[in-house]
Amino acid sequence: MRKPNKEELIVRKIKDGTVIDHIPAGHALYVLKILGITGREGFRVAIVMNVDSKKLGKKDIVKIEGMELKKEDVDKIALIAPTATINIIKDYLVVSKSKVQVPNRIRGLLTCINPRCITNQPREPVIPEFRTMSLNPLILRCEYCGCTMGHDEIIRQLVKE
Amino acid sequence: MWYNRDVITILDFSREELEEVFETADDMLKYSHSRLDILKGKVMALAFFEPSTRTRLSFETAMIRLGGDVIGFSEVSTTSIAKGETLADTIRMLDSYADIIVIRHSIEGAAKFAAEIAESPVINAGDGTRHHPTQAMIDLYTIRRNFEDIDGLTIGVLGDLKYGRAATSFIYGVSLYNIKKLYLISPPLLSTRKEVRDHLKLRGIAFEEVERLDDVIEELDVLYVTRIQRERFPDPAEYEKVRGSYRVTPESLKKVKRDLIILHPLPRVDELHHEVDRTKHAKYFEQARYGVPVRMALLKLILAGDRV
Ligand SMILES: [Zn+2]
Repeated sequence: MRKPNKEELIVRKIKDGTVIDHIPAGHALYVLKILGITGREGFRVAIVMNVDSKKLGKKDIVKIEGMELKKEDVDKIALIAPTATINIIKDYLVVSKSKVQVPNRIRGLLTCINPRCITNQPREPVIPEFRTMSLNPLILRCEYCGCTMGHDEIIRQLVKE
Repeated sequence: MWYNRDVITILDFSREELEEVFETADDMLKYSHSRLDILKGKVMALAFFEPSTRTRLSFETAMIRLGGDVIGFSEVSTTSIAKGETLADTIRMLDSYADIIVIRHSIEGAAKFAAEIAESPVINAGDGTRHHPTQAMIDLYTIRRNFEDIDGLTIGVLGDLKYGRAATSFIYGVSLYNIKKLYLISPPLLSTRKEVRDHLKLRGIAFEEVERLDDVIEELDVLYVTRIQRERFPDPAEYEKVRGSYRVTPESLKKVKRDLIILHPLPRVDELHHEVDRTKHAKYFEQARYGVPVRMALLKLILAGDRV
């Protein structure tokens, strides 16, 4: 029997779907969680963790067969894994490859950490909004009270740990 | 430039825009004991969800001296808010009555939210521990009246820099100028919030956090004093231990620069010894007097624009 090469061992090619590459090592399960993938949906999912990466040292990869991502999903992935790239696969070929981008403004996805913030007052009709202050490390600032939020807190909120 | 604008934080404005307020305030000084009719027929609504004496009265006086009228409330217990009305609905109501709304609230970001709801311009008269932009304008104006230029000065801010909105707004305000150095003087427990330090770094302001006033007082051109509240300390013994280091007394002024000016947003408790009042450094009563002309200038520019 032919010995499978290293590439094949890690990444069996998928026919149609999405490959999320360059996820910071150890963050693949968070990506699945925010996409709402439990494994019981029926489509094939491959998770590769802690493989060598020229850019990141170590990285994770997630492959999902038969699923395309919505804009909101991509925004969430960007907040969890700002280095990620998203490859769309059609008939075994990569038809598009793009880096995720942390939006300049994030509306609604997150809540402010400051309990005294207007966005945390239960009956006021106000949607939390954040501005991206820095990408590495990722820091967001509440547009209402000015409180800043780091990457750990962002992940904690998005995956609802 | 100012017509119809909201005033939420001092950082919404450029030095040039502030200069326009200061020049208008110079004019208004002449009228701070008479009555103009520039804003005749205009109504200002005061929405003071948190009590205040100085800020409220000086806004009220400013509007009256410009010929306008004032409505509003200065505590919530007698209003519909006490019955559970939302801030949003209260603002909608005031917006339908008034041409400008001045709001003070204990919730952070309340003024920005009010400005999104109201069609009339909104002035933030203090939101929680965050911003107090009109106070910062008065502070900067006082410096400008005493020195030719704010650029090049060494400025110290003393007291509760973490929760004090006047101190924070003042720090943001001086960050618009090319000051020589900024000393942030406080016990570590009450030091400036990270977002404020990040802002200073981004602006390239030379600043240093220090614990003792004595170590830096000789270098200062401006000393901005604020109150340290006992309640901020989980341990009362800790408060007793540090309070002395943050009090300005005649003794602490022995080695200061000849032209040092001392500011304080008032009211004070015991952080400024009353004997300091008699020194030529004490400028806090002068600063308090500028509350009306600076607010007159703001109201005039927002409601009437540049026209006289
Ligand atoms: Zn907030």
